[in-house]
Amino acid sequence: MSNDVHQHIDSARTYVLVFLALICLTVATTAVAFVDLGPFSVVVALVIACCKMLLVALFFMHVRHSTRLTRLVVLGGLLWLGILLLLTLGDVMTRGWVGVPGR
Amino acid sequence: MASEMQLPAHEESLALREQFDTAAQQKDASTLGMWIFLITEIMFFGGLFLAYTVYRSMYPGVFAVASTSINVYWGAANTVVLLTSSLTMVLAVRAAQLGQKRLIVLFLILTLILGGVFLGVKAKEWYDKYEEHHIPGPAFHLEGLNPDNVVSQGHAQLFFSLYFAMTGLHAFHMVIGAGLLLYLIFEARKGRYTAEYNTPVDLIGLYWHFVDIIWIFLFPLLYLIDRHLGK
Repeated sequence: MSNDVHQHIDSARTYVLVFLALICLTVATTAVAFVDLGPFSVVVALVIACCKMLLVALFFMHVRHSTRLTRLVVLGGLLWLGILLLLTLGDVMTRGWVGVPGR
Repeated sequence: MASEMQLPAHEESLALREQFDTAAQQKDASTLGMWIFLITEIMFFGGLFLAYTVYRSMYPGVFAVASTSINVYWGAANTVVLLTSSLTMVLAVRAAQLGQKRLIVLFLILTLILGGVFLGVKAKEWYDKYEEHHIPGPAFHLEGLNPDNVVSQGHAQLFFSLYFAMTGLHAFHMVIGAGLLLYLIFEARKGRYTAEYNTPVDLIGLYWHFVDIIWIFLFPLLYLIDRHLGK
């Protein structure tokens, strides 16, 4: 392991470019919200939000320079969030599918 | 047994405490610890996002009317303010990594100001909701519901309960973040953070960006996704 803890310092230009991309995505998501895309409104809004999250996490939070262990922990956290969302929605959304005897 | 007591293998400093072998190891441990804390925060907010998703799927019509009653332009402007504060925060971290002591203070102060602007706009939005009787309680009334009855009004109150819980918890994190920034500014002015040791700036930066990411999801979910129905 290298003793140099400051081996990855991104240029200010990189940060400004990421920031400009984030602003463009914010304008895009706000503008597209007024267009009637039916059920895809949610999909488009969440895809744009995920892109913004990735930009912030990878560049501003330095995930792309972080150790494998930190990355694993981040992915693990998202996995647990996925379990929370998926299993609960899997229950709630399917409750009407099967009739309950005696009701 | 006293003879077995070992002296530290290296000089102790802020960047390299006795229990670590190298400064890099200490920095990695601090970063990992902060991420584990942030993941508990993800689960914490995740429950609220989940509750919102479930109730929105149960009462989509009422939630659409309630959601479109929020002013989207204030929300979008506030998103830009918060993203800008993330830029100034990351530039403060960069200044710390380069040991530019004056720039650290400058960028931290800019971040604090932008955080204050965000909270100010948030307070204005909440006050609008108060004036419009959109705060859950006996005085609550939302126009435009079909059918406009007690049950629909109840479901609309559910939306605004979640709205205030989610934006309120987010704002509470911002207030804590502002306190942490004040501490950093105070310490940075004393010249405490250098190219060798800047872990607090780095970790509080992670926290600030995390709070930004929460807003990145709150903004579309609360303000945007039903906007086309209100036109």
